[in-house]
This record gives sequence, structure tokens and C-alpha cells, in this order.
Amino acid sequence: MSDMTKKSMGRYLKKMSLFDILNYGMLILFSVSIVLPFWGLFVKSISRPEDISVSFMLFPKKVTFDSYRMALMSRDIYIGYFNTIFRVLFTTILTLLVSVLTAYPLSRRNLPFRNGITLFILFTMFFTGGLIPSYMLIRWLSLIDNRWSLILPGLVYAFNIVIMRNYFMFSIERSLEESAEIDGANQFTILFRIIVPLSMPVIATIGLWTIVGNWNEWFYAMIYINSKQKEVLQLVLRKILLSYDATRVASYKNIAGVDENQFSPESLKFAFTYITILPVLCIYPFIQKYFAKGIMIGSLKG
Amino acid sequence: MASISNNINLRSRFWSNRVYYLMLVPAIILIFIFCYIPMYGIIIAFQDYRIGNGILGSQWVGLKHFRILFGSATFYQIFRNTVLISLYKFIAINTIPLLLALMMNEVYHRKFKRVIQTVSYLPYFLSWVVVGGIVIEVLSPERGLVNSLIQLFGGKSIYFITQPEWFRAVLVASDAWKNAGWSSILYLATLSSIDPQLYDAAKIDGANRLQQVKHITLPALYSVVIILMILSLGQIMNAGYEQVLNLYSPLVYNVGDIFDTYIYRIGITGNNQQVPDYSLSTAVGLFKNVIGFFLVLSTNMISKKISDYGVW
Repeated sequence: MSDMTKKSMGRYLKKMSLFDILNYGMLILFSVSIVLPFWGLFVKSISRPEDISVSFMLFPKKVTFDSYRMALMSRDIYIGYFNTIFRVLFTTILTLLVSVLTAYPLSRRNLPFRNGITLFILFTMFFTGGLIPSYMLIRWLSLIDNRWSLILPGLVYAFNIVIMRNYFMFSIERSLEESAEIDGANQFTILFRIIVPLSMPVIATIGLWTIVGNWNEWFYAMIYINSKQKEVLQLVLRKILLSYDATRVASYKNIAGVDENQFSPESLKFAFTYITILPVLCIYPFIQKYFAKGIMIGSLKG
Repeated sequence: MASISNNINLRSRFWSNRVYYLMLVPAIILIFIFCYIPMYGIIIAFQDYRIGNGILGSQWVGLKHFRILFGSATFYQIFRNTVLISLYKFIAINTIPLLLALMMNEVYHRKFKRVIQTVSYLPYFLSWVVVGGIVIEVLSPERGLVNSLIQLFGGKSIYFITQPEWFRAVLVASDAWKNAGWSSILYLATLSSIDPQLYDAAKIDGANRLQQVKHITLPALYSVVIILMILSLGQIMNAGYEQVLNLYSPLVYNVGDIFDTYIYRIGITGNNQQVPDYSLSTAVGLFKNVIGFFLVLSTNMISKKISDYGVW
């Protein structure tokens, strides 16, 4: 340690009271409790089967990427990524489009029937038909085992519309629209040329909520999708991780040419986990502030 | 005469706003199909619904399913489980994040604070499939972190997620682990809006750190805490099915089965190898939704009355 850092460390420590030391210590302990499970999982995913031992390991005895090789050689990972990206992409684009189109008219204070239409939309936030009636509808529409069954039902989300409407009403200067109206611009032009560019913070926030929410959604994918070809990533992971689908794992072993004693189910499970969460791990530190911004926008009065 | 002119007036106002109504068409159609048609489907809760007969052809049985429901011990068990799990989570998620925010507010190294915050947000961004997998591994009797620690201190390892006396604690703790960091954001934002001059004035008056927290920080948080508590009470019928579905097993149904998981099992997979019962499942769902509806409405009203802030 150089002299300079020693000096500044000393200065910090002198300034720190018992209160601070306790406080910092507890916060560090809390963070360790978050990180350690992730680290433990990672260690197991790169360990040899004979080393995955009877107690928790802080470091691998010998590093091997066999489980990652096995996971990446299975087709399921790519099927899962494709279906998840398909779902996230279309849901996000369409949700943003419909939300903007809906929130804008509802932000006009003198639109006739505005309150009635708002109530029609808001009511769905507080009361739903429930699981079985929704399932029956999807079946009636012949959308079972169709990728669009995961996209269409959630496109209009009342909460997003309320937040966007509030932003349009309270955070955008009316005078800009008025001068455009005088210039004879029609409402679509005003919306997409003036309002939307000015609303990027709220659009980014809702877009990111939608991306992360759909990336992580698995319940409706589980009940609406039957065929392996259309499984989303979370569902692939769930079948390996939680219900341990043995026939699937056997097929991975075949493809990768791994025999029984070289193979550890735990290691494979956690390799799958890491391959699934990698994109989220990489981007969440950068998107968290937009997420947080949304909470603040959301706490604006409606 | 007056009504005719009103009529014309309305029509012309409608016509002049036609582009706005055009914009609303996609949302209205989607909401009608995907939200209101399922509401019509609720009537099967009052029928003996048979797939072959359809809604119109199935036999009307009135309140039969509700009578079966209210007469069964399972119903009281899932009701109890739902409310208890929600209440325990309510206590955890209204105290731990508050404490975290207060602690982080006392940190004056900005980098340190940012790292702690970013780390604490991580589990919030992952699905319950992933977090469920992590929880099962961390609590595993042989290899898990928690049991390794217990054994290190000479205890005997416990298979937490299969023990009825431990299962709810697992749910509450893992919920807090996943969400506490993220839930502290709103408190932190409120804290950062406190005027620093207040603290300077308190220091001049000789207040120590804890006294400053007690007399400046806590009063500033008061209204946010109350609002969040009231609004989360409105969600008491939702005990977190995505979490439970990824952690429970028949061994802990008696303490962990909640409304949503029960609805799912009897309606989709079929409970105990029985065929799925759409009508009964819909009846349970309707009961849950009606109670939830009034809870949300009333908590929202209370929140609006005392603080001027509601969900809508």
C-alpha cells in the first residue's frame, strides 16, 4: 500500500465513529448475504462432479467448463433465447405503441367521455376474470401453444397508461402543442413529432419494465405453451432447475458425449442458470436508474 | 329543443375529436377481449361447466361450488395461509427496507453507497424461477450455505423447504432477500429530499447522530411509510404465487398453499390426480378477486384521505 492511500485511510478511520463502523459493517454483511449465494452457485457450475462436496465451497478445487459445454450444446438454450427474445421484442414495441396512443387522448382534459373510457381501462387494474376464464378465452381464440398468447393479453396495462397519461398532462408544456395545432398539424403528427420525443424518460422507463417483466415471466408460458419448440428461456430453466426433467438431461448427455460418472446434475443446473441470467447481470447496473425514475414518476398524483 | 341542440353539440364535439377516438380503438378492443370477456367467463363459477357443452350449454347450479368451498377444511386452510404469509411479508417488507435506507443514508462515501445499492438490487431483477433455484441450493441440507454454517457451529442440518414449521419463514426470508434492497429506493429518494440545513441546525444545537435520525429523518419518512403500508395492505390476498410455486411441495401444502396456487392446481393441473375442475377453480378465484377488489378500493380511499395520494 502506498504512503498516500495509507494516509487517507488513516484519515477516514479517524473520522469514523463506532456508529459508522457498525453501520458500514452491517451494510457489508448484507451485501455479502446477497453476493455469496450467487458466488456459491457459480463455483458449483465450474466444479468437477467429484468435487461438489458435502459442504459449501468457497472456491472450486479444479475448474472445468464441461457443464457449460453441455448446456451450450443442447438446443434448448437457443430455443429458449429465441422465444424469449421474440416475446420481449414484440411485447415491448407494441405495448409502447398502444400505451402512447391510449394515454395521449386521455390526457386531453376536455375530451368527451374521457372519464368513462378511463374508468373502463382502470377497472381492469382492480378486478380480473381470473385464471381459468382467461385460460378458456385463450383456448377459445385457438391461441394455446401460439407465441402470441404470451404477447397479446398483456399489451394494454392500465398502470402504464396512467403513468404515461400523468406525464403527458403534467410534465409537457401545453404551449408547444397549441402552436403546432395553429400550424395545422394533425393529432398524430403532434403526438409522434412533439409529445413522444419529449416523453423519452417515461417511455424508456415503461419500456424497461416491460422488457424485464417479460424476460422473467414464466407462469403464463407454462400454462399456455405446450410444445418444446416454443418454450421461453425461464421455462427451459425451470424444467432443468426445479422439476429436473430427466429425459431432457439424458438427451444433453448424449449430445455432449458425457457419461454418467463425469456428470453432475447440480453443476449442469447452475450452468443453465448462469447462461439464463447473464444478460440481466450485465445490463441491470445500467438500467436501474431508469427503473427508479419510473417509481418517482409513478408517485405523481393521478 | 334544448335536448336537440345538446345532441347536435355533442355530435359535433365527438366529430371534432374523431382522431383521438381513433387512437383509443386498439386499446379498447384489446381490453374488451382480454379483460372483459374473461369477466363474462366468471359465470361458470355458478355452473357445472363441461368443456363439451360450452358456457351456454352447461348446467346452472347457483351457489353449489361456493357451498362446497365454504364447507371444506381446505378452504379455511388456504385462506389462513394466504393471510398469514401476506402479513409476515408485510411486516418484513415494511421494516427491513426502511432500516436499510436509514443505514445507507448515514453513509458518506458515495462510491461505497453506490456499490451497496447496486448489489442489493440484483435479486429484484431476476425471476422467481432463478431465485427459487438459488434458495433451494442455499438451504440444501448437504451442500447449502445455511446448513454448512449451522454445522460449523455444531448444529444439525435442517431441510428447511420441506419442513412445515420452517416453510413460511423460508417464504418471508427469501421474499425479503429478493426485494428489500429495491424497496428501499422510495425511502432513499425521500431522504435525499430533506434540506441539509436542518441537520446543520441540529448539529449546532448539539444533537448527536441518533438524535438527528429521530427528530429529522424519521418524521420526514412518516407519510411515505404510512402510504406504502396502507397500499400494501390492499394486496393481502396476493401472497406471491410465483414464489410459492417454485418453492413448495406436497409436504408443505398445509402451510404454504395459497389462493393462487390452489386455483392453479384445481383448475389447470388437477389436484391429487383429479381432473381439472374449471367451475370450482373459477369460484375460488371469484371469491379471492372480490375480496381483493374491496381491499384495494378501501385502502386506496384511506390513503387518499390522509395523504392525498392514491394509486389512481
